[in-house]
Amino acid sequence: MRHRSLLILTTVLTTGALTLTACGSRDNKGGDKAGGTTTVVIGVDAPLTGQNSATGLGIQYGVQIAVDDANKKNLVPGVKFKVSALDDKANPASGQQNATKFVADKNVLGVVGPLNSGVATQMQQVFDTAGLVEISPSNTAPELTQGKNWQTAKSRDYKTYFRTATTDALQGGFAADYAYNTLKKKKVFLVDDKQTYGAGLAKLFKANFVKAGGKIAQEDHVSTGDTDFSSLVTKIKNSGADLVYYGGQYDESEKLTKQLKDAGVKIPLFGGDGMFSDTYIQTAGKTSEGDLATSVGVPVTTLPAAKQFIADYKAKKYPGDYGTYGGYSYDAATAIIKAIGNVVKDGKVPSDARTKIVDEVQKTKFDGIAGPVAFDQYGDTTNKQLTVYQVVSGKWKAVKSGTYNAG
Amino acid sequence: MHTLPQQLANGLFLGSMYGLIAIGYTMVYGIVQLINFAHGEIFMTGGFGALTVYFYVLPDGTSMWIALPAMLIGGALVAVLIAVGAERFAYRPLRGAPRLAPLITAIGLSLALQQVVFNYFPDAKNDRTFPQLTSQTYDLGSVHVQSGQLFVIIAAPICMAALGFFVRLSRTGRAMQATAQDPDTAQLMGIDTNRIIVIAFAIGGIFAAVAAVAYGLRYGQIKYDMGFQMGLKAFTAAVLGGIGNIYGAMLGGVVLGLAETLATAYIDGIPGMQQLGGGSWAPVWAFVLLIVVLLVRPQGLLGERVADRA
Repeated sequence: MRHRSLLILTTVLTTGALTLTACGSRDNKGGDKAGGTTTVVIGVDAPLTGQNSATGLGIQYGVQIAVDDANKKNLVPGVKFKVSALDDKANPASGQQNATKFVADKNVLGVVGPLNSGVATQMQQVFDTAGLVEISPSNTAPELTQGKNWQTAKSRDYKTYFRTATTDALQGGFAADYAYNTLKKKKVFLVDDKQTYGAGLAKLFKANFVKAGGKIAQEDHVSTGDTDFSSLVTKIKNSGADLVYYGGQYDESEKLTKQLKDAGVKIPLFGGDGMFSDTYIQTAGKTSEGDLATSVGVPVTTLPAAKQFIADYKAKKYPGDYGTYGGYSYDAATAIIKAIGNVVKDGKVPSDARTKIVDEVQKTKFDGIAGPVAFDQYGDTTNKQLTVYQVVSGKWKAVKSGTYNAG
Repeated sequence: MHTLPQQLANGLFLGSMYGLIAIGYTMVYGIVQLINFAHGEIFMTGGFGALTVYFYVLPDGTSMWIALPAMLIGGALVAVLIAVGAERFAYRPLRGAPRLAPLITAIGLSLALQQVVFNYFPDAKNDRTFPQLTSQTYDLGSVHVQSGQLFVIIAAPICMAALGFFVRLSRTGRAMQATAQDPDTAQLMGIDTNRIIVIAFAIGGIFAAVAAVAYGLRYGQIKYDMGFQMGLKAFTAAVLGGIGNIYGAMLGGVVLGLAETLATAYIDGIPGMQQLGGGSWAPVWAFVLLIVVLLVRPQGLLGERVADRA
């Protein structure tokens, strides 16, 4: 008896699951026609849960607002835009799966994301093969656009990949310059999380800091997901460093800074855009006071064009940080939407739409809410603005904005 | 080498936390020979139980000195409820089944608990900030400690001593020893073994909750998947100390904590070992230690030779 009821239950569940998935599948003709308008999907790939999700959600909702605006203003006549957001959990393998899903759905004509450089390395090939345009609002690893040997011979491997954030080649140098010349720090303890982004950033900081005349006290590495840094903290304390530079995300650096200050080491922690997040201050509390982070672009709040965006974001009560990449995500989505507008006429999606959209994105030139949007021959943004932020009375405060010339 | 006292203290704090969780693995294993892989999640729910008490039960702005006992009780209550519930509904029906069945059940239960907290606890998709005792830190000679560390260093020995007395002196404790030795004979002698098993799970839950509060006080936040890594480390500690032995669990925890801390601190200072040291290599050295110990003493540091088990 027990076995029979189990059998029935399994059958019912399987049938149900199959029916549901069938409902979810799309026709692969390119464009759902519904009431005279074509639906075009803008994909979003970012960590939406777990690690890095605070900044990841900022990307998703930044794109959502751009898409809502485009629909409201009827930016592309005959086309209705939809957002499809997939969670990559900051995990390269998940990112690759998501990329494959986007490529398979013919309604997807462009993707914004991912957040993490390490995830991007696993997605580029998939998008390139399918000729689908991808714009990341936040990837900063130089090799993503300029190839593995970017320091000696730049070469663009993936012509469908673009980004609205500037690279670590500039960010690491900008941070090193600020640490040495403005903060007058001479001896730095270097920590990174061994990820594409974190290790790359730490390396570039080190190179520029040493070139400027500073010293590296010692180097150490942590693993993502680590919580106890007490042993590392004791090492830092003993090294006589006057600054800790951390290459990685807020998930680890917020704990590191807390344990550092709790252990009586009163030196600031300096990091990149990966830790420029309100969550960092929330978790580390008072211990984050005085810590610094560089981030791409100038603060969104100082840009007049971004006022409406910030108001919309707050009005919709979206969770997550728009501060880091929200504006860039909005601009990335807008760049895709504008390109689609040039390719899709009267709601008719041509059969080679994806290829044409890539060409259109390459030619992008408009004033976005976070600054001018245009791409160079590698797919990098031409906007090379960077800002140093410092935690002052429990808030990130912009202390220096500018550009950095590598070389 | 003048950082040594501080590094030893760091290892001791971390290890005490591992030890508290390891008690849960070892108690259950000692009595029913089951590795309860969901124990890491019982630890996690203990933390969320304590958090619930602070944010949703007590009035806002309650002093932490009053809130802390309430949080411990609340956390322990939740952890015990989940541990006993798991025993009653997931493990007891499988008691006669082959060893593999309850093991797989435990892994499934662990994933289920994680997802339930992740989906239904308010805002658990991100790290939840845990209230702090004080932001003050203390200097004891050359050793610097934070209030959360102070908590675990006081709580762990108290819990351990209480458990030792309970097992050795109380009637229930002696019944536990008897059940661990030979459940069938114990039952014939009139011991209600089901009750003993429930108590073993409950004690594991209480210790896990204490560890979870210590974790929250130390790191300032808790999250839905914190049980996985801590559970794995604690399980390692239990094996290292000799699974089935409660003092072994504590000792194993402390040894593991010390090994990780010292590996982070000193390995990369040894000439030629620079590439193999630092924070990211700490778990590797901890497991090297485990393998070495198990090669020399397969029963663990304090384990008894039980050839007919495991």
